[in-house]
Amino acid sequence: MTDQGIGAPVRRKEDFRFITGQGRYVDDINRPGQAHAYFLRSPHAHAKIKSIDLSAANAAPGVVAIFTGDDIAADKVGGLICGWAIFNKDGSPMRAGPHPALAQGKVRYVGDHVAVVIADTLAQARDAAELINVDYDVLPAVADMAAARKAGAVAVHDEAPNNQFYDWELGDKAGTDAAFAKAKHVTRLDIVNNRLIPNAMEPRAAVGEYDQGTDGLTLYTTSQNPHVARLVLSAFIGLAPEHKFRVIAPDVGGGFGSKIFIYAEETVCVWAARKVNRPVKWTADRTESFLSDAHGRDHVTHAELATDENGKITALRVSTKANMGAYLSTFASSVPTYLYAPLLSGQYNIPAIYAEVEAVYTNTAPVDAYRGAGRPEATFVVERLIEVAARELGKDPAEFRRANFVTQFPHQTPVIMAYDVGDYDASLTKAQQMHDVAGFAARKAASASKGKLRGLGYSAYIEACGIAPSAAVGSLGAGVGLWESAEVRVNPIGTVEILTGSHSHGQGHETTFAQLVSSRLGIPIDNVSIVHGDTDKVQMGMGTYGSRSGAVGMAAISKALDKIEAKAKKVASHVLEASEGDIEFKDGKFTVKGTDKAADFGSIALQAYIAHKFNGQELEPGLKESAFWDPTNFTFPAGVHICELEIDPATGVVTIERWTAVDDFGNVINPLIVEGQVHGGIAQGVGQALLEGAVYDADGQLITASYMDYTMPRAQDLPSYNVGMTITPCPSNPLGIKGCGEAGAIASPPAVINAITNALGHENITMPATPEKVWRAAQSSSHKQAAE
Amino acid sequence: MYAFTHHAATSVADAVNSVGEGKFLAGGHTLIPTMKQRLAMPGHLVDLNKVGELKGISDNGSVLTIKAMSRHAEVAGSDVVRKAIPGLAALAGGIGDPQVRHRGTIGGSVANNDPVADYPAACLALGATIVTDRRRISADDYFQGLFTTALKDNELITAIEFPHADKFAYAKFRNPASLYALVGVAVAKRGGDVRVAVTGAGSNGVFRWTDAEARLAGNFSGSALEGLKVAASGLNGDIHGSAEYRAHLIGVMAKRAVAAA
Amino acid sequence: MTKVSMTVNGKAVSADVDPRTLLVHFIRDNLRLTGTHVGCDTSQCGACVVHVDGQAVKSCTTLAVTVDGSSVTTIEGLAQGGKLHPMQEAFRENHGLQCGFCTPGMIMSAVDIVNRKGAGLDEATIRHELEGNICRCTGYHNIVKAIGDGAAAMGGQKAAAE
Repeated sequence: MTDQGIGAPVRRKEDFRFITGQGRYVDDINRPGQAHAYFLRSPHAHAKIKSIDLSAANAAPGVVAIFTGDDIAADKVGGLICGWAIFNKDGSPMRAGPHPALAQGKVRYVGDHVAVVIADTLAQARDAAELINVDYDVLPAVADMAAARKAGAVAVHDEAPNNQFYDWELGDKAGTDAAFAKAKHVTRLDIVNNRLIPNAMEPRAAVGEYDQGTDGLTLYTTSQNPHVARLVLSAFIGLAPEHKFRVIAPDVGGGFGSKIFIYAEETVCVWAARKVNRPVKWTADRTESFLSDAHGRDHVTHAELATDENGKITALRVSTKANMGAYLSTFASSVPTYLYAPLLSGQYNIPAIYAEVEAVYTNTAPVDAYRGAGRPEATFVVERLIEVAARELGKDPAEFRRANFVTQFPHQTPVIMAYDVGDYDASLTKAQQMHDVAGFAARKAASASKGKLRGLGYSAYIEACGIAPSAAVGSLGAGVGLWESAEVRVNPIGTVEILTGSHSHGQGHETTFAQLVSSRLGIPIDNVSIVHGDTDKVQMGMGTYGSRSGAVGMAAISKALDKIEAKAKKVASHVLEASEGDIEFKDGKFTVKGTDKAADFGSIALQAYIAHKFNGQELEPGLKESAFWDPTNFTFPAGVHICELEIDPATGVVTIERWTAVDDFGNVINPLIVEGQVHGGIAQGVGQALLEGAVYDADGQLITASYMDYTMPRAQDLPSYNVGMTITPCPSNPLGIKGCGEAGAIASPPAVINAITNALGHENITMPATPEKVWRAAQSSSHKQAAE
Repeated sequence: MYAFTHHAATSVADAVNSVGEGKFLAGGHTLIPTMKQRLAMPGHLVDLNKVGELKGISDNGSVLTIKAMSRHAEVAGSDVVRKAIPGLAALAGGIGDPQVRHRGTIGGSVANNDPVADYPAACLALGATIVTDRRRISADDYFQGLFTTALKDNELITAIEFPHADKFAYAKFRNPASLYALVGVAVAKRGGDVRVAVTGAGSNGVFRWTDAEARLAGNFSGSALEGLKVAASGLNGDIHGSAEYRAHLIGVMAKRAVAAA
Repeated sequence: MTKVSMTVNGKAVSADVDPRTLLVHFIRDNLRLTGTHVGCDTSQCGACVVHVDGQAVKSCTTLAVTVDGSSVTTIEGLAQGGKLHPMQEAFRENHGLQCGFCTPGMIMSAVDIVNRKGAGLDEATIRHELEGNICRCTGYHNIVKAIGDGAAAMGGQKAAAE
């Protein structure tokens, strides 16, 4: 064990380049002879393209080429795909419309891609784009789900005449209905899970390059999963076979889901690079990011909870409408179905659950996975409903939760999931102690004396990470496997390169993955380098999303390290002249049982390559192993967050005064990094609860298309957080890891809203709880006398 | 941005003579974002950043003079301003964010007359005089609606003169996204004369709230405003606040300004 | 084209630029100093913050020609003599960054805060002074800690020098 191994709060290896301005993001990459792409985007939410006149634009200075959907079609460039098949209640497949990289005959949202102008400079490309004359036949637009599902509404896609993309269900309807019929009490709640725009600080970017000599394509792209990008661009969109196609995702400035997907812009850049035989670069400006990054959430739900005379939950019934936007993004179909409904049991024993989900096309940007992806939506439903039920039943919300917690493991829910391990009571108790819940009444009284309303809200969340095994997700409709790969290359002097299919865009893999190696091989982390994000270096991988890099990506590394250790023991047995069974490996040293013979890891690595001490026919020289890890189950991180806040009833301004998070992520590799993930997740969840919301007007124009109107959480909107942990190691991977990347964003929105409604004394508030909404709610609250 | 030509003016006369059909560039923190979005397309920019005679803050004991190219941070940090009209220094210290305050100027803000800017409320409440290269304009005559002022083409603000007040304060409720004023209320008192100016809320830009002035003239305290409401008609409404909410906030911010004055 | 000259990270530079060239693009494209980033179009995010004549400014909202003759410091110029600036050290020590994209602007702003407000910064002051910088990864908790520590270290360094 080294002081840099598993569990140590090691400072990050990657930081030096970032704090000195030497990070290398896609927009920092410039290729010789590069031209610049500018996308002409639809100003209309829904229109037929009658004609496009390029003559003036083609003659503009610096223009290299202009392409439209006709050129995409002529080159037989495939449409963008949705990689998860969902089936309707009646067994028929989802009703998917086409998704061309450049619009063909019709535009379906503001920001849809009409043409690309490629010019020597970006300014020239943009100037020329203004000379393109598009003749639109503007159609009525459906900007929200209610408009889209109205009888007689215009269809976004002919394939879905009533704009219903699918109509899906999970659980036992009859059993659930029967439980409701017998219920002593039923709690009912209508819930809007507001639409969010991810806003990684680095806008998306792409550089496409074509090498005529080798007929090879290279794409530098802001991706969370470059191998998946290559697979889709190669196998489905058909730009080049994989062996002639290199995708590089260098430093990536945040993703939060939005950089999982394969978008029109990178598709067009790399395709066009071959057409014009020059590198083609595109970088989104922030307004383009708002318009065309896949958005998140956007659910409308009616939910009901049945309880018996003992205050035990007996059934849950949920009906959700989920906005898909105008086209299906890469994993859009899975988010409101298999990433959502299986989490509806929360941390609770609920004997019967039934969920039905209707996915709806609208004339808005595509909606897909955003930090948490389905799980925040499920948690919001469960934790709001539980809170309201407790209040209706006159029970303490924490004790009502505790009384309904799952306490026996493994636990099979009625909605697919088999929870493997957990101790929900421990997290709740620890959170209450850390938070000083006992002192809340006094703090509330102090607030009241200042004319302020104070509230406290809980959220006891569960989530599922590292979705797997591949065969299981395949049976649910996934188009890919969800394993991860790793290769461990030990160099002759004992330094190590880890090639991983995971991708780091802020998560600190260069440090945590090296910590694992340090623990296993007893070498300092500076002797380990992590190679990722390049399909020419790493053979295959599934990337980073769904908090999978620890539980799946590191497990693959661990498996490869097992093989390294086994091979190195064989080498050591020859070097130390002992039988293989007598070789022990600990703290970087090979020893022979019962003797003082020893060799360190580096010397054995050298011997593996020199290969003088063993027969090369019987034992292969070298020390390099690879592994693919396919987990046996999801992992189930869970925990309790407590939000305490103060409301100024005169203005409706909410100030978060205290935040406590106690999470069970299983074993922790680096507490500094894990806590950082929790902090960031909470901020995004508080953003959803109080500040953020994508707003389209009735014509489908995005009102919140810049930071002038879309409220990002700033430092002064947030408190410092008290973060604690409980640990029940995960049994389904060798490291006992559950995953921590999304928990904060999943847990926090209901904690905020439960605290606000606790302060107000009624439930009538929606996200984002803006000052005006809170002010209005305070007017109708029983605490009105506290107002100015 | 569209292409333009650039001239770094060396004096007020040089700036006025060379601007032609172009625009003056002060701090640029409204103009440049607008140009980046291609919403403004001046063919020529006359850059005022090197014009020494547009810089400086002075006070003669009854009137505070702030030259047009004074940055918000300079006004906020100026001992002269803090002594003469402390509430004005506080207002400048609350504009935008620290980086914006290092570049943005009082002249640029007043020339632009953005309906959500802070300085127009101070000018109107304090009865400031807008001094240009050719004349003096009272604040009451100067602000004429959204982004509209009494300035002629090629007329350049050189300074703003603020007569001292017994009391002055500005209270702002920020738009949570942009940090501009959703509602800002400036209150100034000189003897029995009280002026109240409201920014951010009016659909025709900054305006005086004369009902509040009348009440406060007799009793300069928050309680004097009790029960007084601004009509929501004529106020802006958007996703950050309806006209009704803005009307309510005007009352709250006015009371807070009075309390702070 | 207009000739522009300035000192960047202590080095005199000059170039003929299109007047519409923003300072950030002059730094990134002409000087190939890519540590200064562009994160928005509307001057809110602060990823582009550099120091001009010792003050933090948003280089995406400043024309290169406007700061002709000025002295500019970018994130690449903060470390002196191969030694990290105390604020850089504090960001690393406190895990004040994740994806790193907002980090250069954060650090440049943080140094500016200390220059203006002194080394003894409380949490409320730091949070308020960060209103011009947006981070999507960290939830600000560790950035706030880093700036507090970095400020104290800068104060200590200054005291030692005096």
